[in-house]
Amino acid sequence: MANDVLVVAEHLKGELGEITFELLGIGKTLAAALGGQCVVALIGGNDGMVTALGAAERVVRVDGEGLSDFDPDSHGDALLAVYEAVDPRVVLVGYTSMGMDLASNLATRAGVPHAASCIALVEAGENIHATAQLYGGKLNVTSDLGGGRCVASVLAGSGAVEAGKAEGAPATESVAAPAGRGRVRFKRLIEPEAGDVDITAKEVLVAIGRGIGSKDDIEVAEELAEELDGAVAGSRPLIDSGWLPKTRQVGKSGLKVSPKLYLALGVSGAPEHIEGMKSSATIVAVNTDKQAPIFNYAHYGLVEDLFDVCEELTEAIQEKKG
Amino acid sequence: MKIVVLMKRVPDLVEDLEVDGSGKALATEHLKLTVNEFDDHALEEGLLLKETSGGELTVVALDAADVDKMLFTALAKGADRVLKITGAANVEGNTGLAAVFEEVLSAQEHDLILTGVQAADDRDGQLGPIVAALLDVPCVEVVTQVEVGEPGEGMVTVHKEYSGGVVAELEISLPAVLGIQAARQSPRYAPVSKVRQIQQSATIETLAGAGESSGAAAGGGSGFSVVEMTAPETGAGAQMLAGVDELMAVLEAKGVV
Repeated sequence: MANDVLVVAEHLKGELGEITFELLGIGKTLAAALGGQCVVALIGGNDGMVTALGAAERVVRVDGEGLSDFDPDSHGDALLAVYEAVDPRVVLVGYTSMGMDLASNLATRAGVPHAASCIALVEAGENIHATAQLYGGKLNVTSDLGGGRCVASVLAGSGAVEAGKAEGAPATESVAAPAGRGRVRFKRLIEPEAGDVDITAKEVLVAIGRGIGSKDDIEVAEELAEELDGAVAGSRPLIDSGWLPKTRQVGKSGLKVSPKLYLALGVSGAPEHIEGMKSSATIVAVNTDKQAPIFNYAHYGLVEDLFDVCEELTEAIQEKKG
Repeated sequence: MKIVVLMKRVPDLVEDLEVDGSGKALATEHLKLTVNEFDDHALEEGLLLKETSGGELTVVALDAADVDKMLFTALAKGADRVLKITGAANVEGNTGLAAVFEEVLSAQEHDLILTGVQAADDRDGQLGPIVAALLDVPCVEVVTQVEVGEPGEGMVTVHKEYSGGVVAELEISLPAVLGIQAARQSPRYAPVSKVRQIQQSATIETLAGAGESSGAAAGGGSGFSVVEMTAPETGAGAQMLAGVDELMAVLEAKGVV
């Protein structure tokens, strides 16, 4: 076992995802502490990506038919091949849609522990300690991953993108692509439908969560958004219930927004949601649950019923406008 | 088609969660468990598939507090069979749970295995991919739509979500595991009266799980221990306001009103 940290690069439509650079930044710090190298696994990538991965000491590439588009099965097999060739101490994977396919698969097949949903990784004596955000962001759990090999999947936003961004010419090597098993076949990418309000362009967003209770009650948030010259956005459960269109979803599988004001009404603040809005200039959270994780990210908080706040605030603004 | 839905119960996040005296685990005294919401979506997607393409749907769950109610509810919603695994209460994490499920699945016919994409207590990874790796079948996570191919083709077409609303369409040969993010429609509701009625007439099949002795996975558990469990300081970053007047003052100062 080497003391290297293996970072799994993620790419879509020919572009490396920001998570890759976050992981590189975290991986470099960890590798330095362990006295090893930071190595990137690039599966189905291209030469331009290698240049963009200049922060890494080595890039191990796997190329082959059907690897340029992601499919969990062949990318999983390819990652296992890289893992066996590099024999790293720690593997860092994004806790993303692609990463969720890869991390548990690799850990199970390699027979090593996997800490999911991590926000921090440190070297503690001989061992690796991983802190994960669990229970919808209500608790942080630190685990001891031991002195052997391990996998950690890391939540987006846990590291700085800049820390892993550097152009360069890292040493590259290739690992032969394992024979394809053809069990999963990539067909196509489907882009989201445009046409609705572009919430990423709004200066004010009134975001609603489960606390809104019913579809009919969204009206009160819309009224407030109108007064603020903003738009209504929402967390995942509202979109899944069909109460708001997909174009209004903020978070991991939705859009990333950074408005001047993000007013979160009845949004608990699960890590998946936080990922999409934490860079907003001013975040105000209104929630009746004083334990709601959203208060850890908000600049201002109000432990009150969202309907009362909505109504009173709408009135106050109307009054001010005369 | 044989559809199997794997379900588990997790701490209810609506309630306050407390850490016990050891500082390493949840206090269980007032701990309320509820069905993992994503498993509920997995069940819904399974029921929709059964309605359109036929087949048999079995729900499998580990014995836990109120698990009977969850299983009877699944029957009331339209599941054909429900299976409760007993004697495996001390399995640890999804790694331990997956090993138990693998053993059960090995003895049950299955084409399509559905489970939630994740759960609130996934410290050691997600259940779906671990079960799939143990069974050596393909797995796709973050699935929002499943379509069954023509009879005899032995495959499904799914939508897998990426960020920004981009979706990949993938074709998967069965048997396979899918981690469901969201069903095509909100999980259906089973009226209490119907659940009660089912409770009178239907039975929950029980199966003894081998518990710790089972599974090739890392020591039958997550393979790693908890050092510390802490609640992030609530309101650490937020300046708490007393009312709408103060909020209005903030909005004025920020120039948004």
